[in-house]
Amino acid sequence: MSESQPALHGFMRSDGRKGIRNVVVVAYLVECAHHVSRRISSHFDDLDVHLIGFPGCYPNEYAGAMMRAVCTHPNVGAVLLVSLGCESMDRDALRAAVAASGRPVELLVIQERGGTRASIANGIALVDGMRRQLAAQQPVPMALSELVVGTICGGSDGTSGITANPAVGRCFDKLVERDVACVFEETGELIGCENIMAERAVNPELGGLIQACVAKAERYYRTMGFGSFAPGNADGGLTTLEEKSMGAYSKSGSSPISGLIKPGDVPPSGGLYLLDVVPDGEPRFGFPNIADNAEIVEMIACGCHLTLFTTGRGSVVGSAISPVLKICANPETYQRLADDMDINAGRILTGEASLDEVGDDIYRAVLAVAGGERSVSEALGHQEFILTYKSFEPIGPGCLPVRHVS
Amino acid sequence: MSNASGQLQLLLLHPADNVLVSVQSLRAGTEVDAEGVRYQIVEPIAVGHKIARLDMPAGEKIRRYGAPIGSLSRSVKAGEWVHMHNLQSDYLASHTRQSGSGNSSNRSPNGE
Repeated sequence: MSESQPALHGFMRSDGRKGIRNVVVVAYLVECAHHVSRRISSHFDDLDVHLIGFPGCYPNEYAGAMMRAVCTHPNVGAVLLVSLGCESMDRDALRAAVAASGRPVELLVIQERGGTRASIANGIALVDGMRRQLAAQQPVPMALSELVVGTICGGSDGTSGITANPAVGRCFDKLVERDVACVFEETGELIGCENIMAERAVNPELGGLIQACVAKAERYYRTMGFGSFAPGNADGGLTTLEEKSMGAYSKSGSSPISGLIKPGDVPPSGGLYLLDVVPDGEPRFGFPNIADNAEIVEMIACGCHLTLFTTGRGSVVGSAISPVLKICANPETYQRLADDMDINAGRILTGEASLDEVGDDIYRAVLAVAGGERSVSEALGHQEFILTYKSFEPIGPGCLPVRHVS
Repeated sequence: MSNASGQLQLLLLHPADNVLVSVQSLRAGTEVDAEGVRYQIVEPIAVGHKIARLDMPAGEKIRRYGAPIGSLSRSVKAGEWVHMHNLQSDYLASHTRQSGSGNSSNRSPNGE
C-alpha cells in the first residue's frame, strides 16, 4: 500500500463512522449479571466476542452514557445486554439506543429467563445468531482520516519520557498531519505541563480552559491524598508527579491542540485533542480512574479505534472493543516481556534506532492494526474493561473551537 | 558519556538540566564520563534513574527536560542518586510501597 493512501477497510455504521473490527459485545448491566455474561462470552473463545459491563446497582448518568457510547462504538457490530432484573441501569433506553444505531441487539433478563443455567444457554444461542449476522457484513473502503487514535501510558519509568512517549509523539504528529483525530489524556498526569499546553492551544480561550482543567485535576487529587503516581513509577526512577507529567506529556507530539473533550465526546474532525478524565465538582466517587483500563475505556467512548499504550515497567493489558498496541520504553523490560510488546522503543537507548525511526514503526503498526492485523495484546486475548462511578458536566463552547483552515 | 564499548551510559536531556538519566544499569564503584565530567558512582543506579550533575544544596529546583520536576529536600554531591530520599514534588507528594521491588532504598524518608 502506498503511504499517502493507505487501503483501509471498515464496517459502515449508521452514524457514518466506520469500525476496524466487528465485535459482538456481551454487556452485564450490574455485577450480579457478570458471571452469566462471562459464561456466555467465554463459550465462544473468540477474539471478536467481548465481555464488558458496569458493576454498580445505583444509577449514574456517566455510566449510562459510557455504556451507550461503547455499545455504539464503530468497532462494535452487535450487542447482547444481560440484566439481573432489579438493577437501576436503564436497560430499555440502552437497548433502544443500540437498536436505533441499526445494530442487532438483544436483552436477556436473568430473573425472567429462569436463572443462571437457562440464561447462559439462551445467551449463547443469541450470540450465535449475531455472529452469523455479522459474518455476512462486508467492509467498505475507509480513509485514514476516518480513524481516531488514543494514547495512554501505564507502568511508566524513567525511560518512558525519553523513548516510547516522544516516539508516540512523532507518530501523533504524522497522524495529525494526515487529518487523523488523536486523543491524549490524563490531566492528572499532566500537572506541571499546563502552561506549555496552553501555549499550544489553537486559541487563547482554549488555552485558559486547559489550564483550568489541570488546576481542577490538581485540586481533585490533592483531596484524594495521592497524585497519579504508583510505586512502580518510583521503582523505575521517577521521583515526582511533575517529572512523570513531563515524560507523559511528550506523547502528545508537537501539533497544535485543537480541543478539550470529556469522556464520550467524539472529536468532530482531525487534530489533536486533550481528554479531561477528572470528574467535575467535589470528589464524590473516589479516584478519577482506578487503573489504566478505565482511561482506555473513556478513550473508546470518545470513538478511539485503537490505543497506543506506552510502558516502561511492562504493562501487559489490552482492552475490549478497541485494540491496544504496546510500546515498550525500557530495553531491559523488553528483554523480559518481549512477547507482550508490539514495539521496542528501548532501541533508542541502546543506539539501535532513532526517535524518528521508532515513530515511523509505530505509525506503520497503527496502519497494520487498523487494516485488520491483530495487536499483540489482542491476539493474546486481553479484553480488560473497567467502568466505575463518575460525574461530569458537559463541555463548554470554548472547548471545541472551529479550526482555522489555512 | 559512554563506556569502553562506546555505549551511552548517562543522558543529558536538556542543557539546562542538573540531573543525568541512566541509560543502562550502573554498578557501585564505577566511574562514568558524561558531558566532559567524570562521575564516581557510589550506589547502584538502575536504568531510568537520575544522578546529580553537580553539587547542589537543599531547596535547589531539579530540572529534567529543561523543566522543574521538584526541589531537593537535602544537599547532594555530583554523581549521587537523586530520588525519593532527597527530591520532593512541588505539587503533590509521591507514594511508594513499603518494600519496592526495584532499588531497595526507594522509600521516601518521611514515610509517604
